[in-house]
Amino acid sequence: HWFSVLILVVWIGLNVFLFVQTFLKYEKSDEYYYTREILGTALAVARASARCLNFNSMLILVPVCRNLLSFLRGTCSFCNRTLRKPLDQNLTFHKLVAYAICIFTAIHIIAHLFNFERYHTSQQAKDGSLASVLSGLSHHEKYGGSWLNPFQSPNMTVLYVTFTSIAGLTGEIGTVALILMVTSAMEFIRRHYFELFWFTHHLFIVYFLCLALHGFGRIVRGQTKDSMKESHPHKCAQSFEKWDHHDSHCRPPQFEGNPPESWKWIVAPVILYIFERILRLLRSQQRVMITEVVMHPSKVLELQMTKQGFSMEVGQYILVKCPSISLLEWHPFTLTSAPEEVFFPIHVRAAGDWTENLIRAFEQHHSPVPRIQVDGPFGTVSEDVFQYEVAVLVGAGIGVTPFASILKSIWYKFQRADHNLKIQKIYFYWICRETGAFSWFNDLMISLEQEMEELGKVGFLNYRLFLTGWDSNIAGHAALNFDKATDILTGLKQKTYFGRPKWENEFSTIATAHPKSVVGVFLCGPQTLGKEPAQMLSPIFQSRSR
Amino acid sequence: MGQIEWAMWANEQALASGLILVAGGIVATVGRFAQWYFGAYSIAAGALVCLLEYPRGRRRKGSTMERCGQKYVAAAVKLFGPLTRNYYVRAVLHLLLSVPAGFLLATILGTVCLAIASVIYLLAAIRGEQWLPIESKPKERPQAEDIKPPPSNPPPRPPAEARKKPNEDEVAAGGNPQVNPIPVTDEVV
Repeated sequence: HWFSVLILVVWIGLNVFLFVQTFLKYEKSDEYYYTREILGTALAVARASARCLNFNSMLILVPVCRNLLSFLRGTCSFCNRTLRKPLDQNLTFHKLVAYAICIFTAIHIIAHLFNFERYHTSQQAKDGSLASVLSGLSHHEKYGGSWLNPFQSPNMTVLYVTFTSIAGLTGEIGTVALILMVTSAMEFIRRHYFELFWFTHHLFIVYFLCLALHGFGRIVRGQTKDSMKESHPHKCAQSFEKWDHHDSHCRPPQFEGNPPESWKWIVAPVILYIFERILRLLRSQQRVMITEVVMHPSKVLELQMTKQGFSMEVGQYILVKCPSISLLEWHPFTLTSAPEEVFFPIHVRAAGDWTENLIRAFEQHHSPVPRIQVDGPFGTVSEDVFQYEVAVLVGAGIGVTPFASILKSIWYKFQRADHNLKIQKIYFYWICRETGAFSWFNDLMISLEQEMEELGKVGFLNYRLFLTGWDSNIAGHAALNFDKATDILTGLKQKTYFGRPKWENEFSTIATAHPKSVVGVFLCGPQTLGKEPAQMLSPIFQSRSR
Repeated sequence: MGQIEWAMWANEQALASGLILVAGGIVATVGRFAQWYFGAYSIAAGALVCLLEYPRGRRRKGSTMERCGQKYVAAAVKLFGPLTRNYYVRAVLHLLLSVPAGFLLATILGTVCLAIASVIYLLAAIRGEQWLPIESKPKERPQAEDIKPPPSNPPPRPPAEARKKPNEDEVAAGGNPQVNPIPVTDEVV
C-alpha cells in the first residue's frame, strides 16, 4: 500500500504548501498593503483557500477518466504490481478531493463574508481613516480605475454587490451546484437511487463553468507596480491625509485587479474529460453482436456477445446499455469468460427494474433481438492470481463472478500447457446464502472438476462451498445423504459446508500444507464477509487483498 | 428510474441546508455583521431543521440504514403525527423557514438550499411519499430455544420375557446381553 500512502502524503503536502505560500503572499507583500488595511487577514485566508480550490478542482476530474486509467493500467502491466493499486482506488481519491473542495469552499466563503462586510463598513465610515479614504477612491473612468473598494456608494448593500458582481453570482451558483452534487452523492442515495446520483452529479458542468468565470470580475485588487514605484505604501501610508495636496510626495495609490487564474488550472483536465466522454460515446456506438442467449434457472440471463477489437483480461467488467429499455443508463457487469475465449458473456441476475426489463425482453424472444451497447472493459486485472504458486480465492455472493473468469482462464492455460503458469494449487471458497442464482457457476465448477480429472490434475482445484442460508431441513437432508459420493445440493464431489468458514483453521491448514510457498489470497464480495478473513490473514502469512 | 424516493434526497438536502444555516448564522452573529439578528434567527431555524430532518425515514422496500443515534430524535418526531409524516407540511415549513435568512449574505446560501429541499419535498408529496419511522427489528430469539431438548424417556425396550435370556454365562455375568466369544471364567483365588 506504500504507493497509495505516498500519493496521499504528496497531495496533502501540496495542499499545505499552496495554502501557506498564498497566505504569506497576501499577508505580507506590499502590493496588498492597502487592501489589507480594509480587509485584514481575511484577504489572505480567502486567497489561500481559493488557490487550494483551484488545485483540487483540477485534480478531481482525473480519477474519473476511466479510459485513461485503463490505458495507464495497460501500459503499466510490466511495472511493479504496487503501481496499479492506486489506480484501483481512483474513486476513493475522487471522494477525498471532493471533501477537500467542500472544506476549502467553506473557508473561502466565510473569509469572503468577512471581506464583504468590511468593505461595506469602510465604505460607510465617515471617520476619515485610511480605510475610508481608500474606499473613497473613485470608480470614475477619468481616474483610470484606481478604485479599491467594490462598494461604490454607501447605499449599496452587501447582497446587492454580491449579486451584481461576477464573482458573487458565480460563487453562489457554483456553491449551490456543489451542495446539490454532494447531497445526492451520499452513500445512502448512491446505493439505493443510483440514477438520481448520476444525473445530479452532472451539475459539475455548472460548477466548472462558474469556477472558470469566477475571477473575471477582477475584484481582488492590489496596487499597480507604477503606483508602488511612485508612492510606496511604506513611505506614503502614514501621510494619507495629504495625498491630494499639491506639495505632497505621495499620490493616491492606483489599483488593478488580479487576472483570473482558475481557468488556467482547470482547462487541461476539462479537455481530458471531454475526450473521455467522446471516447465512451464512440466505443458505445460500435456494433455488438449477440451470439447466444441462455436462460439459467432462478432468472439468470446469460448473454454471449462479440465486438470487433474487444480484448479483455481476467476479472474485468464492462458497462452495458440497452437503449430500448433506457436511453441513459449504463450498468456494470463482470465478465465471466476467460480472455482466451472468442466471445464475452455476462450473467445478468434480476436485481432491479433495469435488469428485470432486460431479462423479460430476452425471454420474450423478440425479433430483432434488442440492441446492446458496450463500453469497456474496465477494472483491475486479476491476473496476479497466476503469479502465485498457491492461491486462495474467496468469492462471496455475487463476488464469485470474476472467479468464473479466472478459473476458466486457468483451465485454458492448462489445456495449452502454458509453462508460464506458476500456479500449482488453488483453494477456492465460495460463500453464498443459497446457490439458486449461481447455479450456472455450479455447472462451471462441475465441468471444471471433470476437466481437471481428465487432465490428471485431481488435487489442483480444492474448493469448499459454504451455504450461509441453511436451516435444519437442509442440514438434516445432508446428514442423511452423508455417504453419497456427490453432494446432494450441488452435484459436486466436494461436500457443501453450512455456515461461515472458520478462517483461522482454514488459513493455518493451508499455511502448514505449503510452508515454503508464497500464498496469494484474493477476496471478492461484500465488505462484511471480507473483513474477517482479511483480519485473520496478517498474522499467518503475507497477503494481498482487494 | 421509477423507483426513486425523492424524499430521501430531500432529507439529505434539508439536513445539509440546516447545517449551512447554522454555520452562516454563527459567522454573522460572531462577526457582528450588519443586521446580525437575522444570523441569530438562522442559527435557531437551522437547528430546528436539523432536528426534524435527522431521523431518516423508512424506505419503501428493503432495510434502511439508520443515522447514528437517530432513535431518540425519531421518538420526538413521531409525536407530531401527521405534521411530520406529511411531506406537504414539510415543504411549506421549509419554505417559510428559509425566507428570513434570505436577508443576509451569510445565510442566503442556506435559504437557497433549504428552498430547493422544499421543492424536492413537494415533488415527493405529490408522488404520495410519506415519512415512516424505521421499526426496530424484534430481538432474535436466543439460539438455545432452537436446540431440541434431550429425550426425556428411556429408549423403548422389548417386553420383559424377551429380555430374559436362558444362558448360564449370561446369568453368571449378571444378566448382561453381551455374548462372549471366549468362555469367561471368574478366577478367584
